[in-house]
Amino acid sequence: MRLKLKTLVAAAALALGAGAAHAEITGGVVKIGVLNDQSGLYADLGGQGSVVAAKMAVEDFAAKDKSLKVEVIFADHQNKPDVGTQIASRWFDAEGVDAIVDVPTSSVALAVNDVARAKNKVFIDSGAASSDLTGAKCSPNTVHWTYDTWMLANGTGKAIVKTGGDTWFFITADYAFGAALERDTSAVIVKNGGKVLGDVKVPLNTQDFSSFLLQAQASKAKIIGLANAGGDTINSIKQAAEFGIVKGGQNLAGLLVFLSDIHGIGLDKAQGLILTSTFYWDMNDQTRAWSKRFAALNGGKEPTMVQAGVYAGVLHYLKAVSALKSDADGAKVVAEMKKLPTDDPLFGKGTIRADGRKIHPAYLYEVKKPSESKGPYDYYKLRATIPADEAFRPLSEGGCPLVK
Amino acid sequence: MSELRYERVAFAVMFVAFAVAPLVIYPNFGMQLLCFALFACAFNLLIGFGGLLSFGHAMFFGMGSYLAAHAALVWGLPIEIAILTGAATSAVLGAVTGLIAIRRQGIYFAMITLALAQMVYFFCLRAPFTGGENGINSVPRTHLLGLVDLNQPLAMYYFVFAIFLAGFLLIHRIIHSPFGQVLKAIRENEPRAVSLGYRTERYKLAAFVLSAALAGLAGATKAMVVHNASLTDVYWAMSGEVVLMTLLGGMGTVFGPVVGAVVIISMQLYLAELGSWVTIAQGMIFVFCVLAFRRGIVGEIEAFLRKRSAS
Amino acid sequence: MSTQALFGQLLIGLINGSFYALLSLGLAVIFGLLNIINFAHGAQYMLGAFVAYFLLNKAGLGYWWALVITPFVVGAVGVVIERLMLSRLYKLDHLYGLLLTFGLALVFEGTFSHQFGSAGMPYSIPESLQGVQNLGFMYLPNYRGWVIFASLVICLATWFVIERTKLGSYLRAATENPTLVQAFGINVPRMITLTYGAGVGLAALAGVFAAPIYQVSPQMGSSLIIVVFAVVVIGGMGSIMGSILTGFGLGIIEGLTKYIYPEASSTVIFVIMAIVLMIRPQGLFGQR
Repeated sequence: MRLKLKTLVAAAALALGAGAAHAEITGGVVKIGVLNDQSGLYADLGGQGSVVAAKMAVEDFAAKDKSLKVEVIFADHQNKPDVGTQIASRWFDAEGVDAIVDVPTSSVALAVNDVARAKNKVFIDSGAASSDLTGAKCSPNTVHWTYDTWMLANGTGKAIVKTGGDTWFFITADYAFGAALERDTSAVIVKNGGKVLGDVKVPLNTQDFSSFLLQAQASKAKIIGLANAGGDTINSIKQAAEFGIVKGGQNLAGLLVFLSDIHGIGLDKAQGLILTSTFYWDMNDQTRAWSKRFAALNGGKEPTMVQAGVYAGVLHYLKAVSALKSDADGAKVVAEMKKLPTDDPLFGKGTIRADGRKIHPAYLYEVKKPSESKGPYDYYKLRATIPADEAFRPLSEGGCPLVK
Repeated sequence: MSELRYERVAFAVMFVAFAVAPLVIYPNFGMQLLCFALFACAFNLLIGFGGLLSFGHAMFFGMGSYLAAHAALVWGLPIEIAILTGAATSAVLGAVTGLIAIRRQGIYFAMITLALAQMVYFFCLRAPFTGGENGINSVPRTHLLGLVDLNQPLAMYYFVFAIFLAGFLLIHRIIHSPFGQVLKAIRENEPRAVSLGYRTERYKLAAFVLSAALAGLAGATKAMVVHNASLTDVYWAMSGEVVLMTLLGGMGTVFGPVVGAVVIISMQLYLAELGSWVTIAQGMIFVFCVLAFRRGIVGEIEAFLRKRSAS
Repeated sequence: MSTQALFGQLLIGLINGSFYALLSLGLAVIFGLLNIINFAHGAQYMLGAFVAYFLLNKAGLGYWWALVITPFVVGAVGVVIERLMLSRLYKLDHLYGLLLTFGLALVFEGTFSHQFGSAGMPYSIPESLQGVQNLGFMYLPNYRGWVIFASLVICLATWFVIERTKLGSYLRAATENPTLVQAFGINVPRMITLTYGAGVGLAALAGVFAAPIYQVSPQMGSSLIIVVFAVVVIGGMGSIMGSILTGFGLGIIEGLTKYIYPEASSTVIFVIMAIVLMIRPQGLFGQR
């Protein structure tokens, strides 16, 4: 009798508990929304490729764990925060989306970060650079994968100074992002015994860098740091080649450069450029195998680190949802993601910290000479590895309210 | 159908459509529609009734947006005051830029407004208070007059609707006032208006400032709706979009801009799921409108109704 | 400020100025003669760079071929645009021409963005123009020297054709008084079409010049177009020589600004434009 009562009570509790948490694969489907730039400046580093990556993650997860039904949708935020928040709100409220991934362009990412928090869903950012996502604007609903400005500044700055590049001149895009990159990198350079000989602030979207490259040449700094991104970086690199900067003995350090940018510039101009990345398709057998599958689905284009981050992020998200058997409470899922160690063929073993920062090693690469490259996308050679515990900003320095 | 009757009916249709919209569409989306409809109406005041094509109206929309966001987030002002701050800022900016731009007409006027808007954009890009390319985020909504909780979507929706109506009716009042008549006269034939003794410069400047203030009001309200203000709001593509909305809807008509805004914003959102077609579609609509559809949607409807009543 | 560095910056300013002059030439021709604001100018410049890229990668035709072929190819596109679309707008307010070309620019850019992404296509400086010259105060890339030279030649040749030849005088007369000129038996609509095509061809030519040194991407025109408008407006929208001189002049001013106060180098042109429009709305060299 007593046993029976106990089991009855246990069963009731289970049923009640289940009623509260188990029905909680909302709508019966785990819906993931890939929100990024499909048509503008960042279409190449994320774009449709990120959708491909997300779908691959869903497939690979299903191969090992059939407990979840997953759907992937996508939309183009056109680099506009208004459109981004509209889509995010509608997805979360009316279309049953449980997690939004990718989101390049920091202004959109920060806005979506707010929306995800307000609606208690999940946001896994792979595309944006702002280290505020795990700093002042950190959220229990957000995971920042792949990279951020601190990691770029630190990785590139420190590794280059340690390998002899100890005098620097910055060509900086004159807006918050560029200034942050310059400031963070300068701090690292000075801390490691190097010197910053000067800088020049260039308006955004400047086409012609000859004047600034001339100033950089005159400074005689060993390293010219390009604290800019996108078209500005590409123009700087192209024109630096024209002015014979690298031939003259100075090296360029690109603080935010993607594989797709190098592809657009061409090796003859980009050779010798030093950059930091957390993923490269040709790193090891696992990344090569995965990238081969990816390229076949992505029109022959090898993956950028942003697309790799989408894959890994979605994979880990699904693991967390499966472990919790629920996708309803975003903060809980993210907490689970932080509890479970990460392991994927792209970034290896890693963790997600309390502030939402995904921790993995970073790599310093140099762009190959044309003679060293065996074919398209064979662009990088490894110069140094930055271990995971040094690659990202220490937890205590971020100012994340969750951490205090 | 007499003009007055047509206007009343059209207004009633618009009123009812927006009033019941939250039942059918997502309220957040409806609010965005209202904000951009107001923006387009403000723009139309200048081009449709003043005959001045401004290619820099984003500066008013954007600065209104930024100041309202800043007022709410950093100065902690209640939402009504924050919105008014945004509108007032744009009015002042309108006065300053208007003094420079009004002295020329036609193409030159358009080019000056474009140049001024570019300068405002670069200012916003570098000024610390705008947050640069991150924008201003997490803009809070306080209770309206301390009473109504505007974090409830429906409450906020009707608040935005009220603002839109106020702006719309103000524009309507302006158009049908003696001031509006003089403006139309200036648009039709400025030398004649001058010969009649009107200080045309003053009228044009007044129209410019009003248009700027209302555009700022739209921007300020939008910042409250989406909780953020960013560089997209001051970028010249935004100026181009408002021109498109007004052109598509019908320049110089009262309801045209509203229709145009609804179509363009809906398109932006619904095409987003198709990838990169938005720019192309917008361009094609521009081309089509200019070549074959100059009166715009509402313009064509009005012409059709006029022909019917004449026959 | 060392004089060496100053000379270097002035020379660079001159080079950029020659580029602005070349780019604004087409716009000035189109506005000066046809009263059309060609907002699609930036997109047509971009088309020129892409055609050069295709010629190289699909047809194996290098830079020198591209210089000759591209203006005609893109100019032909311009002719089609004029015949099919612009010609319907001449009787209307000039603003419609502006809006149409603005829409066309969006279509071109959107389509190319959709097809080619945004990182751009690689295009190299031709072998014969690679390398640098040591001028003492700076190393001047040969390619840049070529650009100044070619730009001067093309600008002066265009100016000469329009202002000093019979063909040019017909064109100028035709735009002032089309009916009268038509009455003289000159096919005015055809002249107008060809003029638009020529202006577009000039834009495309500037695109070929840009391809080796600037990023060849669908957005390359949109950042430049507003600056070029400013040049034409300051120079005087009807004046070819005005645009040329202003292009060079503004390049130098911008170059100096880049050295003294680089953060303002993007806005200085607009400030000058606003000031010029206030004081002398027809531009520095234009006639009212």
